[in-house]
Parts: sequence; C-alpha cells; structure tokens
Amino acid sequence: MSASADFEPTIIGFLCRWCSYTGADLAGTSRVKYPPNMIPLKVMCSGRVDPSLVLKALADGADGVLILGCHPGDCHYHEGNHKTMRRVPMLKSVLQQYGIDPARVRLEWVSASEGDRFAEVVHDFTEEIRALGPQKRVESVA
Amino acid sequence: MDTSKGNGHGASSNGEIRVGVYVCHCGTNIAATVDVAEVVRFAEGLPNVAVAKDYQFMCSEPGQELIQQDITEHKLNRVVVAACSPLMHEPTFRRACAEAGLNPFLFQMANIREQCSWVTTDKPRATEKAKHIVRAAVSRVALHAELQVREVPVNERVLIIGGGIAGIEAALQIADAGKPVILVEREPSIGGRMATFDKTFPTLDCAACILTPKMVSAGQHRNIDIRSYAEVASVSGHVGQFQVSIRRNRRYVDDKKCNGCGLCYQECPAIVSPKSRKVSIEGQPYFVGSYAEGGEARKVTIRQGDRERRKPIKDTPTGDCIFCGKCATACSEVVGAHAIVLRRDESAEAGKQRSLEFNGNCIGCGACVRECPTGALTVTDAQDRQVLHHEMMLGPNKAIRVPTLQAVPNVPFIDEETCIHFRNGGCGHCAEVCPQEAISYDMEEAIEEVEVGSILVATGFDTIDLAPMVQYGWGRYDNVISGLEFEILCHASGSTGGKILKADGTPPKSVAILHCIGSRDEHYHEHCSRVCCMYSLKFAHLVREKVECDVYEFYIDIRAGGKGYEEFYKRLMREDVTFIRGKAAEVTNWPMSPEEEGKLVVKAEDTLLGQIRRVPVDMVILSPALQAREGAQTLAQTLGIGCGGEGFFLERHPKLAPVQTAADGVYVAGACQSPKDIPDSVAQGAAAAANILSLIDKGTFSIEPVVAVIDETLCGGCRTCINMCPYSALSADEERNVAVCESALCKGCGTCVATCPAGAIQQQGYTDAQIRAELEGALGRLAASSAE
Repeated sequence: MSASADFEPTIIGFLCRWCSYTGADLAGTSRVKYPPNMIPLKVMCSGRVDPSLVLKALADGADGVLILGCHPGDCHYHEGNHKTMRRVPMLKSVLQQYGIDPARVRLEWVSASEGDRFAEVVHDFTEEIRALGPQKRVESVA
Repeated sequence: MDTSKGNGHGASSNGEIRVGVYVCHCGTNIAATVDVAEVVRFAEGLPNVAVAKDYQFMCSEPGQELIQQDITEHKLNRVVVAACSPLMHEPTFRRACAEAGLNPFLFQMANIREQCSWVTTDKPRATEKAKHIVRAAVSRVALHAELQVREVPVNERVLIIGGGIAGIEAALQIADAGKPVILVEREPSIGGRMATFDKTFPTLDCAACILTPKMVSAGQHRNIDIRSYAEVASVSGHVGQFQVSIRRNRRYVDDKKCNGCGLCYQECPAIVSPKSRKVSIEGQPYFVGSYAEGGEARKVTIRQGDRERRKPIKDTPTGDCIFCGKCATACSEVVGAHAIVLRRDESAEAGKQRSLEFNGNCIGCGACVRECPTGALTVTDAQDRQVLHHEMMLGPNKAIRVPTLQAVPNVPFIDEETCIHFRNGGCGHCAEVCPQEAISYDMEEAIEEVEVGSILVATGFDTIDLAPMVQYGWGRYDNVISGLEFEILCHASGSTGGKILKADGTPPKSVAILHCIGSRDEHYHEHCSRVCCMYSLKFAHLVREKVECDVYEFYIDIRAGGKGYEEFYKRLMREDVTFIRGKAAEVTNWPMSPEEEGKLVVKAEDTLLGQIRRVPVDMVILSPALQAREGAQTLAQTLGIGCGGEGFFLERHPKLAPVQTAADGVYVAGACQSPKDIPDSVAQGAAAAANILSLIDKGTFSIEPVVAVIDETLCGGCRTCINMCPYSALSADEERNVAVCESALCKGCGTCVATCPAGAIQQQGYTDAQIRAELEGALGRLAASSAE
C-alpha cells in the first residue's frame, strides 16, 4: 500500500453516546478543528459495537474504523467499555487473517470533557490511515 | 426485517417510505461552512426522500411548523433534520413530529453543526461530510419502527448527599414543599465547610449567625431525615426508583437515646490535640503522651478512690525508683492504659528481680506521677508550642465530641484514635456518666436500604494537600498555616477563642497572605479556585481588625467578580493592606539580613516593580486551591455520572443544564461541580431543588424505549448474554430454554446485542439493521434493498 499525500481516507467513527459523542460535541462547541474524514455514528455504548459492524464498515469502503468509548471505570453502563476492550484485540487478530492491517481499527477513550483530545485522536488516526493508504475492498466479508 | 414492521403510518398505507429532509442554516453556524442548498439538492436525490428543504432556524416555531405541514401535505412517515447535535434538539423535533401525529421515533437527527460545520474550515469538504451524515440518517430512518416511551412513576423521596450549605438549602426547599428528604452527611454534623468559617465575604456577617438557623430548621424539619456520620455505599435502579444503601459509621452513641446534654465530652479525659507530655523515670525520658489540661487525670484517679498523693517512703532518697509497682498499677488498673508493666524475674539475683517495662500506650495523664511514692517519676511538657495551628478544632477537643457546639444533630461521636477505651480497653468514663445510657462501645456499622426517586449530589470540595508543596513551608514552619486553619484560628469557638496568635502564643506583627497556592498553576491545577481572592481579602481585614499588624497580600490578579466584591476590594485598599502583585515563589526562614532574623521570609517577583522582593513576616497564610473531593470519581461511578478534567462532577450542559447530569434523576449543586462561593452554592442548591420538585410534581418520567428485545425463535439458549448484562435484566427461561429480558431493568447499553452469537437480541432504536443501513449511507452504498 502506497501512502499518498492527496489520499483522503474515509473513516467510520462509532461514538458512545455518553462520553465520546458528548466530547465530540464539545470539540464542536469549542470550535476545535480536525479533519472531516470521519463520519460519526452514535451508539449507546462502545459495548454495542458488534465486531461484525466493524467488518461491514471495512467491507463497505471505510479505510479505517475508530471506536470511541468512556475511559475505563467511567462507563455509563458500568462495564460496557470493558467488554469492548476485550473484543477489539480479538477482532484485530481476525483482521490480520483477512489480510487487513489491524491498525485500521483503533479503540480510544474520550470523555465528555475532552473535546481537545477528541480532535487530537481523530487527527492522529486520520493521518495514520492516510499513511496506510486506501483499504482494498473485500467483498465477501460480513 | 422485523424492525420495519408497523411503520404504515399516516397516509402511506401501502408501506411506502416517505422521508422529509430538513437542513438547518442555524443562522450562519452551519451555512457559513456547509453549502446548505447543495445538501438539500443532494438529499432530494436520495432514495425514499419525498421532500427536502432548508430553513434558517429549524428549531424555531416556523421551522417546526414547516415539518408539521409537510407531514400532512406530503404524507411523510419519516423525518430527518440535519442541524445541531441530537443531545441539543432531538427532543424538540421529536415533540414536533408527535404533535403532527407521527410517532416520534420515526425521526432521525443528523448532526452537521457540532460534528461538521463547527470543526471544519474547508467549505467543500464540510459540505461533503454533511452529505455523508445526511445520507446515513436517511438510510437509517427508513428502518425506524414506531416505539412507545415508557413512563415510570417517580418516588417522592429525595436523597441529598452532602449536608453543606448547598445540600441544606436544597433539603429545606424540597421539604418545605412537603416532600420527604434523606440528607446523608459524612461528618457527624451537617453544616459543611461554612460551619468552620468565622465571617463571610464581602458582607462580613458571621457565618454561624446565618448558617445555624438553617441547620436547626433542617434538623427539626418533619420532612428531613438526617443521616450524619454516614455514607452512600451503593446505588441501583433508575430515575424515579433508585435503591440506595446508606452505610452508617460507628458513632458509638445511639442517636435515638442521646439527648445532647454534653456530659460525656465534659468528662472525657482524652484530649484530641493536647500538648504533649514527657514522662521520665529517674530523669530518663520514657514516654511522650498527650495529657488533658484541667485536671481530668486527677478526676480519673479520684474517681477510682485514690484521694491523696502518697507520702514518700522514709529513708529512700527522692528520685530513686524502688520498683514498688504503684505506677504500673495506677496505669493499668486506674487509667487502663497499660503503658507501664512491672516485671518480676524470679530467676535473677536478689534485688534485681524486678523491672519496669514501658510501651507506647501512654496518654500523658500523669496518674503514675501522682502515685509514685519516691518522686522517681516526673512529667514535663515535651514541647513549648502554645498554639498548634494544624490541630485546632471547633467545639470540645475530646475523644468523644461534637464537631461544633451548634452541631446538628447534637449527638456526639467517639474518635477511635484518641479514645482511651479503643486504645487499650480502659477508661469507659463516658459510658458511666451518660444519663441516657446512649454510649455503646460495641456498636457495629449499619447498612440501611432506602428507596428514592431522585438524588442530589452536593459533596463540596477538598483543598489541595499542602504537605508536598515544600516551597511554601507548610508543615515545616510553625507559623505557616492554611486558609481553613486560619478560619478556625479566627473563629470565636476555636482553641484561641478567636485570637490571632503565633505558635508561641504571641500575636504576629506582620502577616503575609499568599494567593493561588496550587491554583492557576500548571504544576497543580489550571483552574482558578474563585473564592481565594475574596477570602484572602477577608483575612486581611480580620487580621487588621484583631491585631495591630502589617498585612501583605501576594496575588497574581485580584478576581473580585461578584455582587459587592469589587467594592470590598476597594475598601481593603483603603485599610492599609499592602498589595504585592506577584505570586509567592517560596517561604523560607533563612535570613539574609538582620531584619529577617527569626522571621519567615516570603520571596516573590513583584511584577509591578519588576524586581524580586523578600518580605520578612511573622505569619504566613496560604490560600490553597479548591479541588474535587477525594472519592468523587468513585461516587460518580456509583451514580453513573461523569467527572470533568479536574475531577469535579460534570453537569449536563455548562450553561443550560448546570445542575443536571448525564444520569436522569441525578443532580449536582455547589462546589462539587466547580469551585463556588456561598451565594453561588446556595443558588445551585435552590436550582436543583426546583428541578427535583418539577420531576416529583409531574409524577412520572418518560424513559426512551431503547431496550433489548429477544427474538425467541432465534435464541438458542446459550446464555452468553446473561453474564454480559450489568443490570441483571437478562435471565434464562429454563423451561423454554431461551433468554428473557426484563425491560424495566434494561438500560439499553446494547452490550448483549453485540454479544449474541445468533443475532437473536436487538436493541430498539439501534438494531443491527439500522446501524448497518446507517453505515451503508455513511459510506455511500445506499443499497435500495436495505431501504425496504
């Protein structure tokens, strides 16, 4: 995969409604700028992010998937993010078997008060995916 | 697809999906960065879209009417509004839909403001992102199903955590409205920080005079149940119906029997912050213990029948121990301290067979000295400090005590660390003198379960720990004290009776007040603690009022934003207080000139003079930063609310919902949300009370129907989901071998949905099909098949 400076990656972001979605709103209210490559999807909890949804995103043309949840211990549902924390490494090992770079999926914690951090995470991830280049479509996945 | 069933709403009886898309300009908030007209054109071309329009302010009344008209005119059965965050206006548009006869859950919001126009500078790219977001919403909304909100009844009882001024204010407001309140306070008395203040800024009225009446009314109110010396152990349930466990700490005094007479603390021989005493035998120091002033030790010995000091035994030179063992007997049997033990060693040579053994149980009472017939035992003060600023307290400083004499409830507690009984099993004096027999040394911690409908958190603040901030010398130099210590020093009920004294018992001739200790400092806290400027000015006034002395204020900026605050600052400038604009860098006792000899020297860069200054003073008062309470994070987790960057509880919206939190039915007030002064805390307490009363008055709370539903035809009974649920909403039906969901317990996190290997569980409002359709829309593969 060749990195190209004018490649604009398409990224799907799964944002937990309580911390990260609110954090993303705070980034907006504070007018923090970040690349517009990520399309946000609101879920109630990062624990709702079924690995098959991530695979579908990659299959449907996303170059990267960002899963954002509350910091461990802060989950609105006590421990939903702990489940995600365990699922994501397993998902990554599956990705590897599909020949997809596991770096295309990233799990991060962003709290409702971390607007700056939200922008920073999106920026970093966008640049990382930009460097990885476009994701080859795998039609049969999901 | 199951979820698309039942959407035959309005005129589209043939099952046709008709979506209306409305793109908001939000003035220029969206329109400046997103080409709204372009987004509308794009939306018009999307599958199922019957109509697409833009409007200046969709949330305005004409904006909402536009949607309502179209629902009728265009026979819409789905609505998408592309505007601000759903956290902001989703309820507004859902209501608008409902008023037009459309089920409110057939609506979807596309956030193109907070997460698009406000965060992007490049207009074409922002427009492109907005299109993706709108397409995702259109794709998803086609699969929305009609849902019904759940109405849960609201229990009238309110739990207030924290009995400071904010909590008391809220409790009184709610109780006056006739609703029952449980006020849980960690300390033995309500009153909080304010109860330790002498005067309040800027009016200089006495804190106790304005607070005590409120404390008393709270204590006597028939609708307020105070649980002092108690903590919230756990919280379960949801808005309207919370189950709360309250842990009542071991007070050792039965609050039902105690009548607050105070005999126990008058008679208690153990002083909390006593002067230390050194007990020496034959001039050899053995013990350092703390002793009670006022002859309590003597009272103990007299009570036990020892009336007079024994005469020295003849022919024994005074000062020699004769190993008679009187001291050991007095210590163990009379006092109960067991600090001296007489050992008899039979195997040793005659004359040497007895010895005294010492341990660390000494309480410095002096009973042994009174018993000693030879004068071999002596007792002297171990230190010469007269005033112990760090250990001062209001009210009686005994092991059994009330925090202040105005305590509410007026029920003492026993401090295990100081109490002789808990140190060595002796004494027991308080239990003997108590006329009500209220004291019980074997009281156990009790857990009380209560049910409430709403919770107010008003736990207040902590001040930053000054001990690690060695540059300011707190804990190293006797006369460096913190703001809260000064409050007690200055307080009429404090150990010095309100006299401002140095550690040696003399009044200071010069005092420095250091602002921003740990506040506005990137090494500690970035935030401004808001109250320090004003209370530091108050301190300056109090010092000048009580002692003839020079006062220096070392400040970065004076922040006097409040009613009457600037005027107070002006007044202080006229009162001959020296203001030095510079943050103090260090407090040292190292003299560099004769006038600095024996003084504390404050070093600071005077930014108005542009030079480093050294100011020698007798006493330094530090204004430590206000920070979140220790344990705030744990409480936040217990309640399902969040903490901000500095650890203070997070409100739902900093401007528009300042006392609500992310958890429905849980509110915050006072300094636990951010540093606040008394007027602001009271205002928030009252605001929270109004919020809670409106919830109670309505009687029910609508809960979004975002819950898990199980398709029993798909469920294989593997039970993987059951352990995943943090609320025990899922259980196994043994007979039918399927999982069942108790929707009243389900909070809708969706963890079980992601777990189910059979895809048998769906989350209403977030079904797999809906999220997959949203994904396809977001990524541009708006498959026609998924929209059916």
